Amino acid sequence: MGDRFILSPRLRMLASSLASVPVTLFGLALVTFLIGRVMPIDPVVAIAGDHAPPDVVARIRDQLGLDRPLLVQFAIYLDNLVHGDLGRSVMTSRPVLVDIGRFFPATLELATTAIVVAVIIGIPLGVFTAAYQGSRFDHVVRVIALTGQSVPIFVLGLLSLLVFYVKLGIVPGTGQLDVAYEGMVPRVTGMLVIDAAIAQDWDSVWDALAHLVQPALVLAYFSMAYITRMTRAFMLESLAGEYVITARAKGLSAARVLWRHAFGNIAVRLITVLALAYAGLLEGAVITETVFSWPGLGLYLNISLLNADMNAVLGATLVIGLVYVGLNLMADVAYRLLDPRVR
Amino acid sequence: MNLLTRDWLLSEAPTSRSHAAWVRRYQGWLQLRANGLAMVGLITVLVMMIVSIAAPLIAPQDPSAQDLAGRLAPPSAAHWLGTDELGRDLFSRVLYGGRITLGMVVAVVALVAPLGLAVGSVAGYMGGFADRVLMRVTDVFLAFPRLVLALAFVAALRPGITSAIIAIALTAWPPYARLARADTLTVRGTDYIAAIRLTGATTARIVLRHIVPLCLTSVIVRVTLDMSGIILTAAGLGFLGMGAQPPTPEWGTMIAASRAFILNQWWVPTIPGVAILCASLAFNLLGDGLRDVLDPKQR
Repeated sequence: MGDRFILSPRLRMLASSLASVPVTLFGLALVTFLIGRVMPIDPVVAIAGDHAPPDVVARIRDQLGLDRPLLVQFAIYLDNLVHGDLGRSVMTSRPVLVDIGRFFPATLELATTAIVVAVIIGIPLGVFTAAYQGSRFDHVVRVIALTGQSVPIFVLGLLSLLVFYVKLGIVPGTGQLDVAYEGMVPRVTGMLVIDAAIAQDWDSVWDALAHLVQPALVLAYFSMAYITRMTRAFMLESLAGEYVITARAKGLSAARVLWRHAFGNIAVRLITVLALAYAGLLEGAVITETVFSWPGLGLYLNISLLNADMNAVLGATLVIGLVYVGLNLMADVAYRLLDPRVR
Repeated sequence: MNLLTRDWLLSEAPTSRSHAAWVRRYQGWLQLRANGLAMVGLITVLVMMIVSIAAPLIAPQDPSAQDLAGRLAPPSAAHWLGTDELGRDLFSRVLYGGRITLGMVVAVVALVAPLGLAVGSVAGYMGGFADRVLMRVTDVFLAFPRLVLALAFVAALRPGITSAIIAIALTAWPPYARLARADTLTVRGTDYIAAIRLTGATTARIVLRHIVPLCLTSVIVRVTLDMSGIILTAAGLGFLGMGAQPPTPEWGTMIAASRAFILNQWWVPTIPGVAILCASLAFNLLGDGLRDVLDPKQR
């Protein structure tokens, strides 16, 4: 009877990876708080302006709790965070959380499209380069993948705008939608393609998709390179396994051995890679969105940076950190639940 | 002295400890030399380093000399790569830009590798509470995407090369600590470490003389592979206006300043872009080859 309450080893490992999350979250908050404290911008001046009378300055200082000890300030900051209060953006004069809610779906749309593209291209490339290791195909893909990991995403973005938009004219330019369609689509999810589909406005769906293709492909290249390289490395290991030799000896078809026996054994490990790649897209999104004027969190972060809007910068940084931690946790949990070897 | 003969370097029976080390290094070098792509990377890296150091000797013109009448000129005999939006010679600016980019990379690595090694090897060797605290700290830093955290740091410190170096270093050290810790854990319980401890060596001596050298290999491989990431982050910061500030000829900053001209004078922003691509690709190729030679298990 008693041992029903003893957690299985697998659950215990799960619990330990869950238990580390609050510590990491606390650390995230501490880092953003400290960055906010050392910044050279006086938050009072940012709110009241340069020529505010002394009594107004004193009142705002008091309101912000800037005269209190650092530890108390941190406690206030944490309390605000727990209640979802990231402060107000000086630039938009809306609460930062509301701003992030507005901008985040566009990033989600872009990053999700990019990861889907990266997976569809990257995994088969990785599998086949491993199957034909040392062939010319392998070398070509290796160079393509290394280039993908080496090319600055803003150069790629600018050049693709030059070639496909300016010279060839086969894709629309920057932004999420043509000016003609702007404001026509009622906002539901914030992801334009989906919103337009809900509104059954097929012209807008088509236009939004056309705008999505280029930034998504540019963003996908880096992750595709990473996914290809990791898949290839895992597959090489897997193909050397005795179970693959056994499967071959049984006379199974090459495709079946490759995909079912060799790839089947690495699929779970790839989940971690995919989660990391997806998280890495957040970073690429900051630059891609700036190049393509894509109204997502990255663009918001960059505009706030240039305007020295610290609440917005720290809020966006914190939210990106949260998503990052969440993705890593999901990968960890999925890996532990799905892989029978982890016990 | 038979120090540099091939036989001595390939000797099956080394006569001293340093002899054995040289034999091992030479064999590694032969293996690396057989890898064509890695050699391309190595040569490119060396050429870029030399050219950057010698930039004042090579550059045909002062990188900040403006000539507004001859702005945005296409490549010609006078300006090998043309001129930028203020009529400055692009070839000279790209050369000087190499000094800044590679200088930033070297500075970041010089800050990060020792810090990561120290944190990782101490955490791994001491274990217990110190280990848990240090690893939690690295967890927190790993919880941010590198560029985003660097952006926030730079915003707090005010944009510039020094802040960019500090910000990138702050975001780049945790993987090194992880790596050093993992290596330390594998050697910590071995007999020879126990033997050294029995001879009365202090913890500091054991970590510095016996553990750190063993972690070095994987750290070197990681550094080489990381270089391209550091270059891209530095250029990205420059492009977003948070790194080196104009008129400093940093590659990312140059692209940001001239991106409006991509439609008609496409080579102006493209040339620094190609420089970034070459530098980061060269380090990736070299790192890939080094990993195969030094550390086949780390993939």
